[in-house]
Amino acid sequence: MKTTSDEIPARAAETGPALEIRANGETRSVPPGTSVAGFLARHDLDPDLVVVERNGRILRRQDFDGTTLEPGDELEIVHFVGGG
Amino acid sequence: MNDRLTLGERTFGSRLIIGTGKYDSPRTMAAALEASGAEIITVAVRRVDLDASKEESLLHWLDPDRVLILPNTAGCYTAEEAIRVARLGRAAGLSDFVKLEVIGDEKTLYPDVLELLAATETLAGEGFTVLPYTSDDPVIAKRLEDAGAAAVMPLASPIGSGLGIVDPLGIRFIMEAVTVPVIVDAGVGTASDAAATMELGVDGILMNTAIAKAGDPVRMAEAMRLAVQAGRMAFEAGRMEKRAYATPSSPVAGRVGG
Repeated sequence: MKTTSDEIPARAAETGPALEIRANGETRSVPPGTSVAGFLARHDLDPDLVVVERNGRILRRQDFDGTTLEPGDELEIVHFVGGG
Repeated sequence: MNDRLTLGERTFGSRLIIGTGKYDSPRTMAAALEASGAEIITVAVRRVDLDASKEESLLHWLDPDRVLILPNTAGCYTAEEAIRVARLGRAAGLSDFVKLEVIGDEKTLYPDVLELLAATETLAGEGFTVLPYTSDDPVIAKRLEDAGAAAVMPLASPIGSGLGIVDPLGIRFIMEAVTVPVIVDAGVGTASDAAATMELGVDGILMNTAIAKAGDPVRMAEAMRLAVQAGRMAFEAGRMEKRAYATPSSPVAGRVGG
């Protein structure tokens, strides 16, 4: 499931058709080769302030860069908000 | 003062735990935290809004070196949901503490104690320091302790109600039933509620709405700090016996003209 940026030349991959994933319950289109870190950056999210679950498994922060999104991936991206 | 609250492997100088919900602004929340002297503060775990322009993180207002940030599982109705949210909260990397909530009824926000017990067992097994929000039932409190809870947190009255302690006897029974700390969670409305609760001998109080929805939240936070301290000190001092009739405070002998 995990690919490193070495294995996929990001520039070449990004020329392909967009792929669809689900993030926080909504369908999103992303360029092929997009990493979790790249997805967060596209949405202006600080990777140190969110927790990401991919297909039911929590991703470690150090794996955000090396995890490439695949069609049909389910992401949950959460953070802390006010609560009692 | 060496009167400290120990939860799991951590020790705290304040017996007041506050929430971060319902404040008009994060600035007021941060000021209330400061005034409260609390060293533990609860937060909720929620989806980020992917379409919002850059949101300011709550964590910008909280210093994890000064306060323990305690993620809750508020809004979960099953053990499975609560376990998932607890794991997400821990993955933020701040601590292994969780305020475990598994709600069973939307109207009263009473806990579903069967689901709560199952989630406590699983999470304690995974190394979490589990602080379960529970009903004021000594039997379930003991079961939670046996399942590995680091404290039990019975409600005083429904969450956000401000009714104070409805059943002090239930809280007393829980204190007798368990050896882990007892923290009253939910229902405190004002400073006298907090003092009266601490006078029962509980180890701490968790509150949110009483401060956040006070006319002046920062001033109420300070009042709560003082009330929790005062109630604790009164408990430690030991109150006098109650009696039905008056006894004079001044000597009866040696009255002028007597």
